[in-house]
Amino acid sequence: MDEKLRRSMLFLPGNNPVMLQNGGVFGADSVILDLEDAVAPTEKDAARFLIAHALRFVDYGDSETVIRINPLDTFASEDIKAIVPCRPNAILVPKVEGASDIQTVVQMIRAAEQPNQIPVKIIALLETPRGIIEAYQIAKADPRVVALAFGGEDYTAGLGAIRTKEGKEIFTARTVVVNAAAAADVQSIDTPYTDANDEDGLLADTLLANQLGFKGKMSINPRQIEVIHGVFNPSRHEIYWAQQVIFAIHKAQGEGSGVTSLNGKMIDLPIVNRAERILRLAQLLGLLEGAES
Amino acid sequence: MGSLLKIAQAGTLESSDIMITVAPGPQDSGIVIELQSIVMIQYGEDIRRTLATIVGEMGYTDIYIKALDRGALDCTIRARALTALRRAGGVFKEDIV
Repeated sequence: MDEKLRRSMLFLPGNNPVMLQNGGVFGADSVILDLEDAVAPTEKDAARFLIAHALRFVDYGDSETVIRINPLDTFASEDIKAIVPCRPNAILVPKVEGASDIQTVVQMIRAAEQPNQIPVKIIALLETPRGIIEAYQIAKADPRVVALAFGGEDYTAGLGAIRTKEGKEIFTARTVVVNAAAAADVQSIDTPYTDANDEDGLLADTLLANQLGFKGKMSINPRQIEVIHGVFNPSRHEIYWAQQVIFAIHKAQGEGSGVTSLNGKMIDLPIVNRAERILRLAQLLGLLEGAES
Repeated sequence: MGSLLKIAQAGTLESSDIMITVAPGPQDSGIVIELQSIVMIQYGEDIRRTLATIVGEMGYTDIYIKALDRGALDCTIRARALTALRRAGGVFKEDIV
């Protein structure tokens, strides 16, 4: 699995210079420079130029640069042709409905990539009922696919259901996306919480996403990042538990024992894998020091 | 290299943006730049130079440019100028974006 942290993926409107030039200061793991919904049809050309120049001249620090292009049946081809040579880290492809969509995008990206360019990754945005059904095939369509992202707003419209903060109407789709991503060994990214003024709602929604198994969440406002990171960061308790697991495993191996337990619970391979993932994440985030105290 | 066919505009008057209007100039009128900027004293000459460089790179010799700047970075100025030029019918090399 791609090890890039994507706890938070912050949308920035593609035709807004002030947001584009400041996108690197918010601390998001990824910034999504948006050519789709945030840009009026008459301004797509302007946004392409602006994003192309931002990619070349703006320092986004540690944030991954992801460009949301327009759907394949509209301006995707022009977007890819203009943006890919500017070396974004990834392309977020909206309204993906099948493996063939990914294969089409891969062909377009290959044609636009420059010699010696690091291959541009793909994140597939699933936001239609058809896309959800095809989730696993989409995730496995090409090695460039590193994550499945879920778009709850368009999906709900496709269902003919009413979008609520509680989110019962998107529960099935969320679990399908997480399961398909895990089966295909790619990351899963949850839909944004669209009320930027409701911090309690954001927290509850992000806790649910984390509980379901998502690895991160898209966001529509820089104010949401701290809450999202707070949820997806491993807690002190989790880090301490993971350290104990690894210590117990090493001790058992040293004693020649094949089986071990921690506080009466057997430690098997999935437990070790989880503990290792928590410690990798904690190390990446600089959270290991003092976790044992 | 290229020739403008019509008047065109790009950009906005929002903070950190620049609104650029381009128009074909009469023959032998040269590159005429009319600039208003909130940072005119500090960066006026830099903005003029950026605009002149872009149209020069594209081979325009007779062109009128009006720019209303709200503190745009150099990359934004370039992007808005190129958008306006393309909208005006300017001919582009494929790799200029």
